[in-house]
Amino acid sequence: MRRAAVLGTGQTHHRTRRTDVSMAGLCREAIDRALTDSGTTWDQIDAVVLGKAPDLFEGVMMPELFLADAIGAAGKPLLRVHTAGSVGGATAIVATSLIRAGVHGRVLAVAFEKQSESNAMWALSIQPPFTAPIGAGAGGYFAPHIRSYIRRFDAPDHVGAIVAVKDRRNGALNPYAHLRQPEISLESVRKSPMLWDPIRYDETCPSSDGACAIIIGDQEAAEESPRQVAWIKATAMRTEPTFYSGKDHVNPRAGAEAATALWAAAGITDPLDEIDVAEIYVPFSWFEPMWLENLGFVGPGQGWKLTESGETRIGGRLPVNPSGGVLCSNPIGASGLLRFAESAMQVMGRAGDHQVHDASTALGHAYGGGSQFFSMWVVGRQP
Amino acid sequence: MSEVAVIGFASSDRSVTTSGVETLVPVFEEALEQAGLARREIGFWCSGSSDYLAGRAFSFVNAVDAIGAVPPIAESHVEMDAAWALYEAYLKILSGEVETALVYGFGKSTAGELHRVLALQLDPYTVAPLWPDAISVAALQARLALESGMFSERDMASVAARESGADVDELLGHPYIADPLRAHDVARVRDGAAAVVLAAGDRAHRSRSRPAWITGIAHRVDPQGLGDRDLTTVPSASAAAKDAGLDREVDVVALHAPFTHQELLLRAALDLPPDIRMSPVSGDAMFSAGLSRIGAAAEEIMSGRANRAAAHATSGPALQQNLVCTLRGDAS
Repeated sequence: MRRAAVLGTGQTHHRTRRTDVSMAGLCREAIDRALTDSGTTWDQIDAVVLGKAPDLFEGVMMPELFLADAIGAAGKPLLRVHTAGSVGGATAIVATSLIRAGVHGRVLAVAFEKQSESNAMWALSIQPPFTAPIGAGAGGYFAPHIRSYIRRFDAPDHVGAIVAVKDRRNGALNPYAHLRQPEISLESVRKSPMLWDPIRYDETCPSSDGACAIIIGDQEAAEESPRQVAWIKATAMRTEPTFYSGKDHVNPRAGAEAATALWAAAGITDPLDEIDVAEIYVPFSWFEPMWLENLGFVGPGQGWKLTESGETRIGGRLPVNPSGGVLCSNPIGASGLLRFAESAMQVMGRAGDHQVHDASTALGHAYGGGSQFFSMWVVGRQP
Repeated sequence: MSEVAVIGFASSDRSVTTSGVETLVPVFEEALEQAGLARREIGFWCSGSSDYLAGRAFSFVNAVDAIGAVPPIAESHVEMDAAWALYEAYLKILSGEVETALVYGFGKSTAGELHRVLALQLDPYTVAPLWPDAISVAALQARLALESGMFSERDMASVAARESGADVDELLGHPYIADPLRAHDVARVRDGAAAVVLAAGDRAHRSRSRPAWITGIAHRVDPQGLGDRDLTTVPSASAAAKDAGLDREVDVVALHAPFTHQELLLRAALDLPPDIRMSPVSGDAMFSAGLSRIGAAAEEIMSGRANRAAAHATSGPALQQNLVCTLRGDAS
């Protein structure tokens, strides 16, 4: 298969409300940084892939149409991807396919969410006919799955707080993060209000305005790059229905099968040994141990032990979310692409203060819907 | 580079639910049967639809239930007409990642007031607040083309008469609904769903004696600003046709033109011969209409009625985004 590589990445400063920019300005901020980082000019971009979560979040139907000019797509091919919360990852993977097919040489992938333009809660509260209302928000949907994990594996109840402290302190090292809390502690997390038992306020992702962009190039473009690139070693996407008889929300089959396919394609037999850093989609703290198991880093019931032992901190055996992750910045449509971009930044050695020493192989991961859409990739310093 | 062909196509214009499940199940069955493939033999699924058409967020999620995605599948979705999902699936096969793909689109255009809903595609800061509906925007384009002398209202009525068999003079006696558009100039809004099965090289040959080989497929987008470009030209369609290798040797063309004047603009932009055979169309089923045009063109080849065919899909206001796909009967 043809090779593809990330040539450069860019992201915005994430905030609750970016009232200083329009949607076009927000995307442009990330794109301009990605072009600069990759040493690419607009006329070198052959195609644009834009991802974001539901259009109702901003109140614009297919915003890529009015954004065509601002995102440099005018006169070029433009694809718009939407795969729920996994969309940022899917955006990067679709852009990778465009390169691997041999049709395009350099592709811009951009994802954004400007939730302050509309009312995300209202957008998610529409009651379609013949569908039972849940009305508990995303946390209310996922909390029972977390309780189930805790009971199944007898996990101690402070593990979620350990993740929150780690990720928020990591976020303080990331100048683009929305929440930067160097002073956060286990005590302060455990004193924060309980929202959906066992999820506390400080274990919950924020709602952010933000965008992320990456430039993906073919082998020729990568070899021409004067800077280190992130070679895309493997990608995987898997989907399963929201509900079905036998669905395991603690360990979804789609996620596990995507991971199995990913490791096989990347030639990885022991991910815990061979992956140097992982950016995993963790919108609620307990999803770190759950996804560590789902991804096959450790066996069932072992995820919380890896987290509790401190091995997922920067400097540990498997640093998870050195950027601060979704717990620090969550512009939903862009959140997955941010995970993929951060994994690339790590192997390119351009992650600044949250750089993991000597990272040469990294995982980017995203999920969406009712834990049913999964997208992931492995990037490396070497092809 | 592996060759890719269409080996199955099915569509439905029955009422579509907001999740699409009930409509899609029989469409999948028919398309797969035509392709001679079982559901589990599909390597990649890709769909096109729109949340705004369904009036709810994540409207494509339940459509996955129509597939029966246990065990899990490799799947993706474009918030566009499914013709663009076909482009994604085509490249997935070209890259060598999969051998087969099923592409589907669905939409319930009749659930709301489609032409007002489409106003929400416009710039939300400067244009959408004025609520110019889709028919008014198209009328602006038709007016510019008429005034530039490209064609007449009679030419527009002739496009409608070809499909309906109506008398052109009688059509021209009808009142305007948005000057210069009359009712017959606007495609009937309808619900729809469609599925196309793709396969690579040998796999296509094993399934079907006469696959419709894709010889070229390309798409482009123009800037949206209604004053940013000359609305009487369709540069994105012309560029896509060039890249897809469309020439005047084609036997039949399936255009996706929601307005009569847009067919005339597209004929010019694609440089089609005046006597070219046009594949008939019965309305504008949003988000599956463009994919259906590719399916209809492929069917012309699979049935042996044509050896070279072309399909076109459009999206956005005033033909902003366009895709062209060329197909042929024998492997090239």
